[in-house]
Amino acid sequence: MKNPFTQFRKSIVWKSIFRRDNKDTQRNRARAISGNVFLHFHPVKIRESAIKYKFTWGMGGITFLLFIILFVTGVFLMFYYTPSADQAYWDVKDLEYQVPFGMFLRNLHRWSAHLMVITVMIHMFRVFMTGSYKPPRQFNWVIGVVLLLLTLLLSFTGYLTPWDQLGFWAITVGTNMAAAAPFIGFEGPFSEQIGITVYNDIRFALLGGSTVGQSALLRAYVWHCIGLPLIALIFMFYHFWRVRKDGGISGPNINNTGIN
Amino acid sequence: MDNLLKLISKPDNVAIVIMLILITVYTVWAFRQAIANDRRKRLGKHVEGSDDKKLDTWPNLVRIEMLVAMVVIAGLIVWSIVLDAPLEEHSNPSLTPNPAKAPWYFLGLQEMLVYFDPWIAGVIFPILIIFGLMAIPYLDINPKGNGYYTFSERKNAILIFCFGFLVLWILLIVIGVFMRGPGWLWYWPWEEWDHNRVIYKVNVDLTQYFGIDSRSLFGFLIGGSVVILYFGLGMILPYYIWKKRNSDFLKKLGMTRYIILSFLFCAMIGLPIKIILTLTLNMKYIWVTPWFNI
Repeated sequence: MKNPFTQFRKSIVWKSIFRRDNKDTQRNRARAISGNVFLHFHPVKIRESAIKYKFTWGMGGITFLLFIILFVTGVFLMFYYTPSADQAYWDVKDLEYQVPFGMFLRNLHRWSAHLMVITVMIHMFRVFMTGSYKPPRQFNWVIGVVLLLLTLLLSFTGYLTPWDQLGFWAITVGTNMAAAAPFIGFEGPFSEQIGITVYNDIRFALLGGSTVGQSALLRAYVWHCIGLPLIALIFMFYHFWRVRKDGGISGPNINNTGIN
Repeated sequence: MDNLLKLISKPDNVAIVIMLILITVYTVWAFRQAIANDRRKRLGKHVEGSDDKKLDTWPNLVRIEMLVAMVVIAGLIVWSIVLDAPLEEHSNPSLTPNPAKAPWYFLGLQEMLVYFDPWIAGVIFPILIIFGLMAIPYLDINPKGNGYYTFSERKNAILIFCFGFLVLWILLIVIGVFMRGPGWLWYWPWEEWDHNRVIYKVNVDLTQYFGIDSRSLFGFLIGGSVVILYFGLGMILPYYIWKKRNSDFLKKLGMTRYIILSFLFCAMIGLPIKIILTLTLNMKYIWVTPWFNI
């Protein structure tokens, strides 16, 4: 009997989706990349050392993978969560004790988030150590710094959502720092002189109030689930596109440095 | 010892332990590859990857990506089964935990609060860090070491970056996570936290060492001149020395880049200087003004 999967790969349905036969030819290898909307972020051919794990450590890719995992688990978490100061904590409790696999879902989201902060930092470290920010890739490094910042902000806004003591006070400590900003924070230098108070400073704008409360929870939630992921996505795709436009993953190049 | 185990097995702190392991592994790996490349250079060979062929992305790269993704996902699944994300008591604005800690990746900044006022530690330094990071490609004009691991070709850049990353960022986070207990007092990880512990310490402003009131006009002038002198000398002296030696580097760098680079460098080194002054001399402020203190 013939393997049904092999049969299926010869069917018109398979061909209608992938528009090529599955012979291992040079042309088909190229089309596997260029003919695939997800994979065509890759070049069709790539330098040997850029493939080796020991050069890139895969940290940028892992970071993107973690973003996808966080996106998926985040959507599921949103099904069970109400951004209300009365409800939020008990929703998380329900998630732990009532929702099937709720605890697992929450764990996956939290540990991926921690890991993403770590992998972003290691990715930056790798790019520095290989000198990959040097011409012509300077501007992509700048985009990378923006993405690092967005990752931290995404994690920071997510801290508040369980509405427990840990998140509440971490956000209180964090936003109190904003209150110390010169000119725009009510505790900062020179703010008194220009009439900044606790009711009109930068911290008030972040929290939607003078203390961490319902408005702060809603703001953190909206930034966390919509605002920041959207901005991060835009920067991410620009970052990936720029990698290609700047000549792919960096490597020693006679034209680049003139010394090798 | 019990406390150490409690501390590193706290679910959120497990992430920090994993970070420490990963950072150590990858730092060692980066420097080993750098040294290997430097040795190749000394022997007159090309660095690794110089005589690269181009390979098909499918399947060569896609296979590795798949493998890495599977390993990461498997690891996360195990992590999520073994360890539950913590959920503390319902938030309570009238019950402040002691210590109240920011999220772990901001603990480096919170740690700086010991040495600087919030407007510097929480606002100015973060802005300088972000701006400084973004400026790196434009300040580092050394064309060597582009696209491969090396140490000998970019010693200064790597030393400065690693000092900033590993010491001023990672180490301060580790201190914030593991060494800070109630009242933000220093506890070794194996020490039991004591909520009643009080440390009697007299904070002294710089000018008070010479018997001058730091809040007087004279103290204000002296403190101000020390800060201005630090930045002034820190920025002018190297320029003067390089200029006298007719440095090629300085000419290529240009004035704008030199000013930004030397300012960022002085600000960065200012942090460990203030840390040392605070730890050894109980120094509180160098410069006291009616509006802000440094």
